[in-house]
Amino acid sequence: MTETMTQTTYLQAITSTLAAAMRADPRVLVIGEDVAEGGPWGTTAGLAEEFGPERVRNTPISEAAICGIAIGAAQSGLRPVVEIMFVDFVTLALDQLVNQGAKAHFMSGGQLTVPLVLRTQGGAGQRGGAQHSQSLEAWLTHVPGLKVAMPSTAADAAGLLAAAIADPNPVVVVENKTLYFRRGQVPDGLGATPLGRASVVRAGRDVTVVALSRLVGEALVAAEELAPEGIEVEVIDPRTLVPLDLETIVASVARTHRLVVAHEAVQHGGFGAEIAAQVQAAAFDELDAPVERVGAPFAPIPFSPPLEDAYLPGREEVTAAVHATLGRAA
Amino acid sequence: MGDSAGTLDGDAGLGLLRAMWRIRVFEERVGALTRANEVHGLVHLSVGQEGVAAGVCGQLRPDDAVYSGHRAHGHALAKGAPPGPVLAELMGRDGGLCRGLGGSMHLVDREHGLLGATGVVGGNVPLALGSALARRLLGGDQVAVVFFGDGAVQGGIFVETVNLATLWRLPVILVCENNGFAEFTPRSAHTNVERVSDVVAPYGLERETVDGNDVVAVRDTFARFLAAARAGGGPALLECLTHRLRGHYEGDPQQYRDALAAEEWQELDPILRLQRRGAAEGWLDEDVPARLEGEARDEVEAAERFARESPFPPASVTSEFVYAE
Repeated sequence: MTETMTQTTYLQAITSTLAAAMRADPRVLVIGEDVAEGGPWGTTAGLAEEFGPERVRNTPISEAAICGIAIGAAQSGLRPVVEIMFVDFVTLALDQLVNQGAKAHFMSGGQLTVPLVLRTQGGAGQRGGAQHSQSLEAWLTHVPGLKVAMPSTAADAAGLLAAAIADPNPVVVVENKTLYFRRGQVPDGLGATPLGRASVVRAGRDVTVVALSRLVGEALVAAEELAPEGIEVEVIDPRTLVPLDLETIVASVARTHRLVVAHEAVQHGGFGAEIAAQVQAAAFDELDAPVERVGAPFAPIPFSPPLEDAYLPGREEVTAAVHATLGRAA
Repeated sequence: MGDSAGTLDGDAGLGLLRAMWRIRVFEERVGALTRANEVHGLVHLSVGQEGVAAGVCGQLRPDDAVYSGHRAHGHALAKGAPPGPVLAELMGRDGGLCRGLGGSMHLVDREHGLLGATGVVGGNVPLALGSALARRLLGGDQVAVVFFGDGAVQGGIFVETVNLATLWRLPVILVCENNGFAEFTPRSAHTNVERVSDVVAPYGLERETVDGNDVVAVRDTFARFLAAARAGGGPALLECLTHRLRGHYEGDPQQYRDALAAEEWQELDPILRLQRRGAAEGWLDEDVPARLEGEARDEVEAAERFARESPFPPASVTSEFVYAE
């Protein structure tokens, strides 16, 4: 049987998944700033009309309270999906997320569960300056009790969100603002995409590139450009950082013997360091070259367009890193 | 300070007295066990503030939610948490409410509606509002109550929550135990607003400040707020002026304040006040206080036996509860 597909944007995939979850389960509700109006990109557009203001709750600009309310609601039987408009503003809700939400199941000895989804989006490239463009996922991965997903395609935006809503734990889904209007194929009737299962988005024998979010697309372009040189790049999207599908990454490294990790976040202390550390611990003997990391410089994101463009890691940096693992000059 | 004019029958009076004695004796024993290094960590006792826990929790149902802060033992007991597992939790034992994973500042007893205490001042005030939201959307008449100190009110999360509670008109009752000190600093050094009930005035919240050491005043005012919330009314704030007899934590040298003279404390003590009232109103026989105290001591002794007999948790629990399945 062939799977039928629908072409849709990453953004529409999110909206349809929210609507489907709300239709299927009256405990699911959406809370956030301007969500009834659809938000700045329209990810929640139409939900208020279908589900009403009780389940699509506009809030004041009170990120901490929004997150805390959602945690309390989740502990008392609802399945809230919170929207924090920019990941940069998650800072305002970190006590709630880290101290009140992530640990509740643990500190209660398993009595409480927090089936909460926190949707947010990060990434630069739209001249938003240093407070509207960050990639802060590494902070979240450092907190036991949270799960962290970063979809790079429309299908994963839908599948990972569905899985997050069904999960009994707090899950942060970090979307990317530059991907919202990118189109992709979403299988009809796609359910939940399991958290903790990586996707091998391109097979290749020479170098493994593990890329996150926007960098997945950049890595695919780099792989196309490297193919004529005779370099076959395997591109893996882990899709979720917590839990991390180390097995798929290690299996790939066991074949390619070379690894590049690539993300838009500041390289220093970024999640790429964690992947590199885990791979060397699990497969040191398989590596024929040091793991190369691609990430942003250790500086806030500059505003001026040429500066921002120069700052952002992309296909060129991935290509250079692949060359480096092969011992070739760029 | 005079006692409230509320009427009190003997059974209700004895119930309140019993609830306060249970907390007083439990807390004093916890203090001793802390000094003996058997109760561990940062321990904050509510001796002197029992009137608030007793006056509020005695009216709640098990399915009403209670959230509390770092000084939570009294709220837990008054809400129905069994003293053995509470003490076992403070002692880090496997038989503790939270299998020894929470400790004094993070008590949870889901079965009795204690949905969580937090060590972050004011940190769970919005959780109570979220719980109230869930209860309303799921169609129940339960309410949510959150206890916090006056120190929590100067944090932004408090005002964010009050704003949303009033905007959404949800059945949450905010109970402030104003003991005049935020940790080691008097309220006057933290804010120019003396009364917490005045802080929330512009939001149009039902609010009242009562003598928190008059358990009848606490009970009666809370009863009014509770009835309104149960019937679908909006939020309320009850500010209880009280006194923390002990330090901020056990071991606090308290150099920042003068000790209360014994006779002053006798005037304030919520237990002695209710006993004087009961004697004057004729519903309290002379031998009853000693009997209630004795029953409370027996209960704490049994709790201590339970806790001591409970082993420390196996190392496996640390990984068992990071994620729910």
